[in-house]
Amino acid sequence: MTSTSETSGSGRAVGADLERADARAKVAGQAPYAFEHPVENPCYAHAVLSSVPRGRITSVDTGAACREDGVITVLTYENAERLASTDDAELAILQEPEVAFHGQIVGAVIAETPEAARHAASLVRITYATEPHESELKPDENELYRPDSANGGADTDSMLGDLDAAMEAAAADPEAVALDETYVTAMTHCNPMEPHATIAVWQGDELTLYDSSQSVHGHRDTLAEVFGIDRGRVHMICPYVGGGFGSKGEPHAHAVLAALTARAVPGRPVKLALTRQQMFTLVGYRTPTYQRVRLAAGADGRLTGIGMDAVEQTSRIKEFAEQSANPTRTMYAAEHRRTTHRLAHLDVPVPSWMRAPGECPGMFGPEVAMDELAERLGMDPVELRIRNDAPVAPETGKPFSSRNLVACLNEGARRFGWHGRDPRPGVRRDGRWLVGTGVASSAYPVNRVPGSVAAVQYVGEGRYRVDIGAADLGTGAWTVLAQIAADRLDVPLDAVELRIGDTALPKATVAGGSSGTAMWGSAIVAAARTFRERHGNDPSPGDHAQAETPGNPHAERFAMHAFGAQFVEVRVDADTGEIRVPRLLGVFAAGRIINPRTARSQLVGGMTMGLSMALHEETVTDPRYGLLVNHDLANYHVTANADVRSIEAHWIDEDDPYVNPLGIKGIGEIGITGTAAAVVNAVRHATGVRVREVPVMLDKVLNGMS
Amino acid sequence: METEIKLRVDGQEREVTVDTRTTVLDALRERLGITSPKKGCDHGQCGSCTVLLDGRRATTCLALAVAHDGAEIVTAEGLGTDGELHPVQQAFVDHDALQCGYCTPGQVCSAVGVLREAAQGWPSVVTEVGAEGDIAPARLDHEEIAERMSGNLCRCGAYVNIVPAVAAAAEAEGAGR
Repeated sequence: MTSTSETSGSGRAVGADLERADARAKVAGQAPYAFEHPVENPCYAHAVLSSVPRGRITSVDTGAACREDGVITVLTYENAERLASTDDAELAILQEPEVAFHGQIVGAVIAETPEAARHAASLVRITYATEPHESELKPDENELYRPDSANGGADTDSMLGDLDAAMEAAAADPEAVALDETYVTAMTHCNPMEPHATIAVWQGDELTLYDSSQSVHGHRDTLAEVFGIDRGRVHMICPYVGGGFGSKGEPHAHAVLAALTARAVPGRPVKLALTRQQMFTLVGYRTPTYQRVRLAAGADGRLTGIGMDAVEQTSRIKEFAEQSANPTRTMYAAEHRRTTHRLAHLDVPVPSWMRAPGECPGMFGPEVAMDELAERLGMDPVELRIRNDAPVAPETGKPFSSRNLVACLNEGARRFGWHGRDPRPGVRRDGRWLVGTGVASSAYPVNRVPGSVAAVQYVGEGRYRVDIGAADLGTGAWTVLAQIAADRLDVPLDAVELRIGDTALPKATVAGGSSGTAMWGSAIVAAARTFRERHGNDPSPGDHAQAETPGNPHAERFAMHAFGAQFVEVRVDADTGEIRVPRLLGVFAAGRIINPRTARSQLVGGMTMGLSMALHEETVTDPRYGLLVNHDLANYHVTANADVRSIEAHWIDEDDPYVNPLGIKGIGEIGITGTAAAVVNAVRHATGVRVREVPVMLDKVLNGMS
Repeated sequence: METEIKLRVDGQEREVTVDTRTTVLDALRERLGITSPKKGCDHGQCGSCTVLLDGRRATTCLALAVAHDGAEIVTAEGLGTDGELHPVQQAFVDHDALQCGYCTPGQVCSAVGVLREAAQGWPSVVTEVGAEGDIAPARLDHEEIAERMSGNLCRCGAYVNIVPAVAAAAEAEGAGR
């Protein structure tokens, strides 16, 4: 593919392996996160959460709490201010006595110290009239409905040809294979290391918020609406984010609570941090999914039919439809196709974004099914995927702007040493360990989110200020946006003074959908060009220009996706079922890489979280009480250092002139897609046990190993 | 109930009034404005609040301030000298052993503790024990470092860079000894 002039900058900084711009501040603990901004004379708020999953508050007793030393006031629905907008039921807290899930905000204590606020919160007595509840996703028992659309505007269903007929034909043909299995992924939580925290202060009708956010402008707009004030009167500041993974992509109820409690002490900052436990019900999570996958294939391995029916949960008060059937629409060619999303409305916390919503769980079932199909056909699973590579987008017939799945599979197989693999399951033993290898594809769409604006100003002495209200969640935005700006202004990197994470800066779209670097970077490219056109190469101090992310003239012509392949080696203890993953190797084709160092970290980070999904992560619901049982980091297990051995991320050079002027596809999420399937496929190869759910724990393997 | 205690933090004598319920972590963060130790879980489950407390790594969210009157505390902010990063911190920068950075101050304090513990011959659960129950001084290989650093969670997934960073710092320290 040839490069257009649009995709070439001066080329000095973009692509260079540069140190993370904020690394030195972060290793010394000097990068301020939301709760750490110095404010004068703060007070502290602590949230009170519901202890029933569904019902109505019948009485509130705040007497003991109010008598506690240092307590300023206690807010409940009885005395909290009415919000201007209650359209978003997740955010409409303390407005009415109804309770919609266990762990919903029903009150808050404001006190002089965090200790007093927290203790007093435990003294607030609330009684409830409970109502019958349903809090467990059981596809055979729940009443399921068809949402109007899925997250990101994805179609609810898609049908091409006649999948049922293709399945019947394959079943009737002794040479062909018809596979029909159901796969399950667990409820999981983002759990960024920095808990969701907000400092809020009202000066008159002006609200200032220090909030941990993936989108200062997006959160500002929502909060302005909730409180019925002009956007210009809300100022949100967030230069650093201690991880988000989607849970800080949209404002959640705690931010409203912080602003509500701050109303009670005008002029005084209120500091509100959720506890780790509270985060499990208040900042979103990934729904559990049940995935019925159907594959029909001829003896040559070519798919004739492919189907994915996803069943998920959402909260009764707010719909979030995880688009888990989405990747099936893109991955493989087949004439007969069907994808659906069905939801159960349950009395549960509101689900939301978690790293690669839809794409991550949706790459589990189908990629395990492909492994099962390969086995039944007696075909190598890499070869099966190559044989079914889609020459055009399977549902729309559009060409891909670039599609290098096959290159990733081949390069990954070469690097991993896949060739010559003995396909027989359960036959390799090294001491007490059963050894196996597995593969799965990865994929993530190129998302376009219009509306980012960047500004460039010449400050004199060769220095340029570049402003955009972007967010760095550990993604490297501080580093890569400066690299892009330096090249497009044709100046050294250290001549660029980047500012991000503040609504006082030009508007930026959310750090989500793997779109940040592409969207913000494109705005910077446009602003730099406008600046040079207007002020030339010898500007005067104060000269400035700004520009918006331009539209993409190729958007309708092409399907745009990043692809990848992940290879895994597992070792399973033959006696205990303990699973170790000594090797995880991914190869990705994700457009231009701006900084190999931060990119590798991000891809490896996604794979590490995928490994965590495969082996550890599961939020357990107690359906009797509608509560989440393991709501802390001792009981909700995430990958720890000793769980990880070798994780490698590689990429192939991909020059895509159609995705955006920088040729960026986005790398924040693709790393987590496919990982869990590759692990499960390797467990099958090691042990002979086919597990169709994650996380894979000892019992699931041991039960099959006899 | 409030009481006054003294702490020596990053080389400076500090007097601070604390509630008897105040943790060392909250005394540092909310009362002294020293925010390099982070609060990730407040239950000793994540390691983000790790500092060197009287020379040893400790999770400050599990330590009550009143029980540590007179303690010597070194946080990530105070590890370096004369404006230079501590070699462990420099190794984290060189290996990009961080992303969001929230667990990082705890990671580097923990790593400094690991190097000290290993130098003093402290075994870990993966240290080989001889037939006589004898324990050789730990060699900080991948397995030892990963095990000893497992009290510090990193959700961004920087482990594959943290281990070589700690190994590099260990090697540099060994070379300088």
